[in-house]
Amino acid sequence: MTATVPRPTAAKPALRALRDRVLRVAELVTTPLLPADYLDLVDPLRSGAALRGRIEAVLPETRDAATVLIRPGSDWQTHRPGQYVRIGIDVDGVRMWRAYSITSDLGRTDGCFTVTVKAIPGGKVSNHLVRSVRPGTLVHLDQATGEFCLPEQRPAKALFVTAGSGITPVMGMLRNHPELTDVVLVHSAPTADDVVFGAELRQLAAEGRIRLVEQHTDTAGMLDAGAIAELVPDLAERATWACGPVGMLEMLEQHWAAAGIADRLYTERFRPKVLVTGEGGTVTFTKNGTSLEAGGATPILDAAEEAGVLMPSGCRMGICYGCVLPLREGAVRDLRTGEVTTAAPGDGVLVQTCVSAAAGACDIDH
Amino acid sequence: MTVLQKKSDNPIEHLTPEDIELIGKELDDIRQSVIDSRGESDARYIRKVIDVHRKIELGSRAVLLASGFPPAWVLGTVGLSIAKILENMEIGHNILHGQWDWMRDPKIHSTTWEWDMASPAEQWKHSHNELHHTYTNVIGKDNDLGYGIMRVDEDQPWTPMYLGQPLWSFINACFFEYGIAAYDLELGAVIARKQTGDPEFRARAKQVLVKIGRQVRKDYLIHPLLSGPNFLATLAANFTANTVRNLWTNSVILCGHFPEGVETFEKKSIEGETRGEWYLRQMLGSANISGSQAMHVMTGNLSHQIEHHLFPDLPSNRYAEIAPKIRDLFDRYGLNYHTAPLPKQVGSAWHKIIRLSLPNGWLQNTTARNLPSQLGKLWKMTTGSRKERRLLMREQAMMAAA
Repeated sequence: MTATVPRPTAAKPALRALRDRVLRVAELVTTPLLPADYLDLVDPLRSGAALRGRIEAVLPETRDAATVLIRPGSDWQTHRPGQYVRIGIDVDGVRMWRAYSITSDLGRTDGCFTVTVKAIPGGKVSNHLVRSVRPGTLVHLDQATGEFCLPEQRPAKALFVTAGSGITPVMGMLRNHPELTDVVLVHSAPTADDVVFGAELRQLAAEGRIRLVEQHTDTAGMLDAGAIAELVPDLAERATWACGPVGMLEMLEQHWAAAGIADRLYTERFRPKVLVTGEGGTVTFTKNGTSLEAGGATPILDAAEEAGVLMPSGCRMGICYGCVLPLREGAVRDLRTGEVTTAAPGDGVLVQTCVSAAAGACDIDH
Repeated sequence: MTVLQKKSDNPIEHLTPEDIELIGKELDDIRQSVIDSRGESDARYIRKVIDVHRKIELGSRAVLLASGFPPAWVLGTVGLSIAKILENMEIGHNILHGQWDWMRDPKIHSTTWEWDMASPAEQWKHSHNELHHTYTNVIGKDNDLGYGIMRVDEDQPWTPMYLGQPLWSFINACFFEYGIAAYDLELGAVIARKQTGDPEFRARAKQVLVKIGRQVRKDYLIHPLLSGPNFLATLAANFTANTVRNLWTNSVILCGHFPEGVETFEKKSIEGETRGEWYLRQMLGSANISGSQAMHVMTGNLSHQIEHHLFPDLPSNRYAEIAPKIRDLFDRYGLNYHTAPLPKQVGSAWHKIIRLSLPNGWLQNTTARNLPSQLGKLWKMTTGSRKERRLLMREQAMMAAA
């Protein structure tokens, strides 16, 4: 930690404790509401509030991607380049949470950060963010998270392999790590115009900061691992970060494993890879009282939310464990591996609802 | 009135089982059309109502800090009464029904909401959503019919105790929130069965007492203290606002199921009930209040009681929109869509309370001319032997039938 990074001073926790105590007393006045319910009317971005942000601007990047500028609440802790943030936004009146990579420069002085979103066909949240959302809209936030970051000890040589919106966490790194001097970026997009941050990347290449290999898949097709190895002959010497579709990542993982350098490849997935599905079943939430029929390919989290159950949730790809709930009875199937977890009455096996589907009737303690 | 199944002019006699299933199907379609079109404007509506409520409440409480100044007292009390009514009806009642759960906003959700009311949300949801809305107007199953303390049907035998019914109904109305809390606890039944030692009951009773403690402390201690020298004036204002809210909600709720002409049902009539039959029971067992948009909001859209009972979990702001379709359905199937302005429905409900507090037929048989002799008979029925009462009651019933 350098001297310029603000350290939490001793006074701050004390102040925070005092504030909490005052709010507890104020609860006597506001019950059954909380003081926060009234304070939110005035300043939803204040310190101590549930973390929110205000969309300040939406800047188009390509025909189906845009950068969203967000002013986070006072309690926002800064992110590490490459990390993502979960954003909860109301689309057609329904609160939906999605994770997006942070793309902004840490040196911004306005206190805002940006995420860059590519509209997926049929994607409710991504299309809303790219095409409909208005500046001024409040969104809900979690603190930035994710391990797709550069290590403290920067690699002497780096390779980034990205496709589509997979460029977003990498852009976050390139913008914030000018100390990387030997960088190769292999990026795939349907056409030159579809390259998100195309102009900026080409500028970086022109300045000699990176070597940019653009693959326009509409005309040139997709790159396979062998082609990448040909394009980057010193690949084995490079630490590699890859982000893109599941198929691409699997191909890279196989190639790197075969070359015995699997430990030099870091990957980031935006969606879990669904391997195995089976029969669904009736899911019962014992505390809540809701019972629902869930398909064998639908994560229990999605099925429950669809039925109006308030569920804990996190990354929605089986990483963060923010969604785990105890399975009291029945069976669930891990959609990534096909592994079935069963619980006998009285058990409380913790299952990740975001990547688990019902495999027969199951009772979940929630 | 008497349970529908025993009526000589049964209002559903003309319906075939196929008709009833068709009604059910039409209602399912109406429900689905609302669900399919729920969206941003509905979300904006409920957030707006919540926002308005918080601002009115905050403003009124602030004005009441100066409650020693009479105009401030009046303004603050009116504002606080309106705020409390909005909070209980359009906001609390409807959120606790799960009408807004589809928004997936943890702040506006039936599982997290708590309301400005003596009864804890959790207990009210059980007695209201599960019991009253399932067994609507089924004698012996739906405790909302008379809240277990009233004579609500001619078939319920009259005893002199019921003469007090109008009085205790009025007292119940003034302290309605506590009545509801006791009712949600099934306090009467628990005492009658001598089960007050039951640990499960004790746990629930404790929840109620904690909730009442918080509520009372807020309205009758903390806010009066905050207004310093105006302690008593603020206390009186808060008491008035709570009473106004209690009388209003009690009136609205009486209008929903108690006016003359609303049907009640036998316990055995709901055995093996189909979805269509359930819908039909809701249609006949509820009454609407006609009036302005402001009135609809202040009743929490329970003025659309029929629509609410058909679809308890649809957003309340949409009831007005589907009401013409529902009314059309009633007309096409020759059913009585029971609606009238508020004073008429309240009057009708109270008329029924008074009528049923007296022996069957007594009120109908009484005119200005025979009042002394009728009063004499009532006195004998009240104080006389059981046999004498039985004879006189039979006489009254026969006079009414003639």
